[in-house]
Amino acid sequence: MRHTFEDSLDSLQQDILRMGSLVENMLSKAVESLKKQDTGLAKEVLIMEENTDSLEKEIEQKCLRLIATQQPLAKDLRKIAAGFKIITDLERMADYSEDIAKVTLRLAGQPLIKPLIDIPRMSELAQKMVKDALDAYVREDVELAYRMCKDDDVVDHIYAQIFRELLTYMMEDPKTISQATSLLFVGRYIERIADHATNIGERVIYLVTGEKKELND
Amino acid sequence: MKGTDKVLVSRLNLYYGNTQALFDVRLSLKRNSITALIGPSGCGKSTFLRVLNRMNDLIEGVRTEGEVFIDDKNIYQPGVDVVTLRKNVGMVFQRPNPFPMSVYENIAYGPRIHGIKAKGRLDEIVEKSLKRAALWEEVNDRLHHSALGLSGGQQQRLCIARLLAVEPEILLMDEPTSALDPISTLRIEELVQELKKDYTIIIVTHNMQQAARISDFTAFFLNGEVIECDATEQVFTNPRDRRTEDYITGRFG
Repeated sequence: MRHTFEDSLDSLQQDILRMGSLVENMLSKAVESLKKQDTGLAKEVLIMEENTDSLEKEIEQKCLRLIATQQPLAKDLRKIAAGFKIITDLERMADYSEDIAKVTLRLAGQPLIKPLIDIPRMSELAQKMVKDALDAYVREDVELAYRMCKDDDVVDHIYAQIFRELLTYMMEDPKTISQATSLLFVGRYIERIADHATNIGERVIYLVTGEKKELND
Repeated sequence: MKGTDKVLVSRLNLYYGNTQALFDVRLSLKRNSITALIGPSGCGKSTFLRVLNRMNDLIEGVRTEGEVFIDDKNIYQPGVDVVTLRKNVGMVFQRPNPFPMSVYENIAYGPRIHGIKAKGRLDEIVEKSLKRAALWEEVNDRLHHSALGLSGGQQQRLCIARLLAVEPEILLMDEPTSALDPISTLRIEELVQELKKDYTIIIVTHNMQQAARISDFTAFFLNGEVIECDATEQVFTNPRDRRTEDYITGRFG
């Protein structure tokens, strides 16, 4: 029964996964572009951001239409409610990735004050979190959502390290302050992306259990 | 019995001849609340509704076992006056059934039977009941015209006014808006929500959205059993039982 509705829910899920994939890709490319100081790659990310923007609007419309036409209840309702929130988190992640790409463009022409090691490390972990969050959503896997949220602590830890290290650079040589603060922002953007991934984890838990849990502190 | 319970149903079993229709039903209905009874056709919700004012007694071959307490008194105890019970626990049906009399006479009928004869008093009751049922404005200039000339929605509100005239405490409604257009439906829903301030209301409905809109509690019946009864918000966003979830999401009819 309700085949049309079931198909629509599946289609919604596919759309969200597609948006998630795009976002993972954006983060990966953005940090890559920074590490290699590749402005071409950075510009690609800016274009990708336009895609995620329109995807978010499209998916939001689909959710509204489902609510208006199908009167979803119980889990169906929670699934659509989760969908609304997840696309917002994904769109924020896309914005942050774009911000990272903009830093690449801003630093173009200057040599990096140090080779980037921790930032890529942090980014890989954040990307894994995004992927896990979306896997948890598709598989309705509450355990995975909880495990993924623990990675957030590691991300925060790396960020603190980056902060301390860049601080010492800035104290030693004021000429590095401009670039160092940009790199600090990048760290912050990745840290925020990881937070949004844990938000998605919280939505998955709500979707499956109907309970609201706070998972990032 | 707790202070907030108006009705307490305990270990209720009901049989139509040899066929059991209600199985071990336990429910408590809170004072001044609206409880919706939902479930597929034939699940026992209307039968259960009729238990509350002993209307099933009028059906041959029905056997009711268990206890139904209204304000601490078991209405199935021997010696209970069912006429008084049915005054106290009034019922509205799916198809409005105004008497073939004037609007005024429809409302005055009940109070008259219960001994009120003074015209002034009856006038008062008629006006008060029609106002309570949000119908006064529409009919006060045609009180002595036939009730059959009213629209469906108005007739249903007339039936409600008729009930209210004998001052019940509990209102039972069996799909009160199924035969009405959407606007009349919404007006009656608004009325019901107003009425809960003064009455305890139980409503059987096939319309899930209606149950979700107006009720405080929802009980899901299936095959003569109560599967789940909880705050409406809970039942419709996160039901505890799989069967409730399947029913309300339309995964089975």
